Amino acid sequence: MTERKIKVETLTRVEGEGGLYVRLQGEQVEEVRLEIYEPPRLFEALLRGRPLEDAPDITARICGICPVAYQMSSVHAMEMALGVEITPEIRRLRRLLYCGEWIESHGLHMHLLHAPDFLGFESGLAMAKQFPDEVNRGLRLKKHGNQLVDLLGGRAIHPVNVCVGGFYRIPSRNEFQKLVPDFEWGLNAAIETTRWVAGFEYPELESECEFVSLSHPDEYPMNEGVMQTSSGDQIEISDYRDEFQEQQVPHSTALHAIRKTTGRPYLLGPLSRVNLNRDRLSPSARKLADEIAFEPECRNPHRAIIARGLELVHSYEEALQILRDEHSTRQPRVTYDYQAGVGMSATEAPRGTLFHRYEIDTEGKIVEADIIPPTSQNQAQIEVDLKAWVGQVIEKEESQAARLCENLVRAYDPCISCSTHFLNVTIERS
Amino acid sequence: MCKPRLAVFKFASCDGCQLSLLDAEDHLLAVADAVEIVYFPEATSHMEEGPYDIALVEGSITTPHDAERIQQIRKDARYLMTIGACATAGGIQALRNWADKDEFMQAVYATPEYIQVLETSTPIAEHVQVDFELRGCPINQYQLIEVIRSLLAGQTPRTPRHSVCLDCKRRGTVCVTVAQGTACLGPVTQSGCHALCPSYNRGCYGCFGPALQANLVSLSEQMEREGASKAEIAHKLKNFNAYSHAFRTESTRLVQLEGDQRG
Ligand code: SF4
Ligand code: SF4
Repeated sequence: MTERKIKVETLTRVEGEGGLYVRLQGEQVEEVRLEIYEPPRLFEALLRGRPLEDAPDITARICGICPVAYQMSSVHAMEMALGVEITPEIRRLRRLLYCGEWIESHGLHMHLLHAPDFLGFESGLAMAKQFPDEVNRGLRLKKHGNQLVDLLGGRAIHPVNVCVGGFYRIPSRNEFQKLVPDFEWGLNAAIETTRWVAGFEYPELESECEFVSLSHPDEYPMNEGVMQTSSGDQIEISDYRDEFQEQQVPHSTALHAIRKTTGRPYLLGPLSRVNLNRDRLSPSARKLADEIAFEPECRNPHRAIIARGLELVHSYEEALQILRDEHSTRQPRVTYDYQAGVGMSATEAPRGTLFHRYEIDTEGKIVEADIIPPTSQNQAQIEVDLKAWVGQVIEKEESQAARLCENLVRAYDPCISCSTHFLNVTIERS
Repeated sequence: MCKPRLAVFKFASCDGCQLSLLDAEDHLLAVADAVEIVYFPEATSHMEEGPYDIALVEGSITTPHDAERIQQIRKDARYLMTIGACATAGGIQALRNWADKDEFMQAVYATPEYIQVLETSTPIAEHVQVDFELRGCPINQYQLIEVIRSLLAGQTPRTPRHSVCLDCKRRGTVCVTVAQGTACLGPVTQSGCHALCPSYNRGCYGCFGPALQANLVSLSEQMEREGASKAEIAHKLKNFNAYSHAFRTESTRLVQLEGDQRG
């Protein structure tokens, strides 16, 4: 029997660096490895001994695409350790900032990184000649996300305005109001985009994964709630470490996560969020989900781009509501005194749940830091899904099979640099 | 005529600096028209081998493999330009240059032996000759477009080397140190952000690295007069540009002085 290998040396249109290796024995898939060769940056170690106020600035640098998620998870965890209660206004503005990041990240991924796979282009830029309206729309949506993060965060990449307790400065009512017309246009454009991607041709694939995401009784999950799973479990954030476990594997600098109780991987991200919280999407997003007949429990990872579209619509609608009502007369932040303690928090980064845990001392210094980014949690599930997918595409010619594997990996929008503690495709046949 | 060939490479980094190129929405399609993007894995699956006219390099050198990879990129590139604090100063990950790398690895990984890393995280210029360094964590996208433009026009790119303070005066931001007693690295930090932090009511934390004629000793003394300890000031300098010559020298001096005082 001949041994075949499929190898993708450098996975493209993903954030960070990694590769993919597949080994086959005849038609039997022997091994699938998602190889993260992103150099480790050791954030958890370098945070130790630093003032707790450094956490939002430093952890933002783990990932340039989702710095807000890092900042939000770290400030929430610190506030828990310090016993700080934030005001409802600050909480709302934090959700607004989060909407900005979802718009920016989903807008970029859908138009420039993922759509080219369905339409047969090597990049969004190459796609621009034949689909100028769509690409320009994508760029404009992404820009809105950046403008919002820019206004409230001070800067689109690595915002400077987030701090433990709230914000350094709250923009004026006028500054918020200025964004309203663009966001009104954006809401409609996001609906158009979602209809557009819902019309793509999707390959069949059923994932057997367990979906996991935050869930909150009355809002679409972003920065608060319990961990809900598709098998019906609800897990308090304080039990995160006991329920979800990371393991190191030899072929990757990112750790692999499994559910402790089942010993099996799980899936985070837009597909999980929409599947588990559809009834809490904003009215336009919910209506759109029904209109395009999005499955109540969608198990095809290729279709995650549609879930992303629904969340894009949701983010615009929620952002608009906050932007219109914003009055800006409150105190920007809550002050606190140092106390020793442990704090943890999970928030929904565009790619899935991000968990932070810190231990701090009486002088406000970080004693221990523990960060579990979404990609490292998803990685094991991606390998399982890939194995099923390779079985389906393996009769194809080598380079074609490798390309199809790469497409699947991109569907998860993996963020490789953030898997600090991820792509090439190699298929090997024997 | 052939368009100039542009390539974007990544080492240890967060992708934020290369994302700045995708974030230049209004200029992106124009840039993509003016140059041929022949290697940019974050944006396109189209990948060509060198030679390249401009290589943009993000990230610092932290693994033996990367130390070799940068040599080939240098051979392939006419102009090699580093983008961001990681590539020009080692980045936040350079904090391990002061620590025991093995202990750091053990703190994060159960089996550190699976992973090969160097003792230090170093800027690109410590490995190969660099034609231009663009500062910032992240870089400023307008500066990036301007630098690419000048390189293509055969001009020497210029970016301002004055301190953040001057920009505060220009935009009329009230000094956060004078008015509120907030510790600020603005006097020793290079401009490039349009004095962002003070305009949001906080002190600069030095993300563009040292300004040209930064007097760090003088700033430390001022901060001490305002009540900061040497250890606190050293911590402020040990940030995204910790391993830049000026910040490194001053934080080392402060730590030594403190050690001497303690005897
Ligand atoms: S310099 Fe800052 S923004 Fe740029 S890659 Fe490094 S950490 Fe990211
Ligand atoms: S003020 Fe300082 S820390 Fe803030 S963005 Fe500018 S250079 Fe960076």
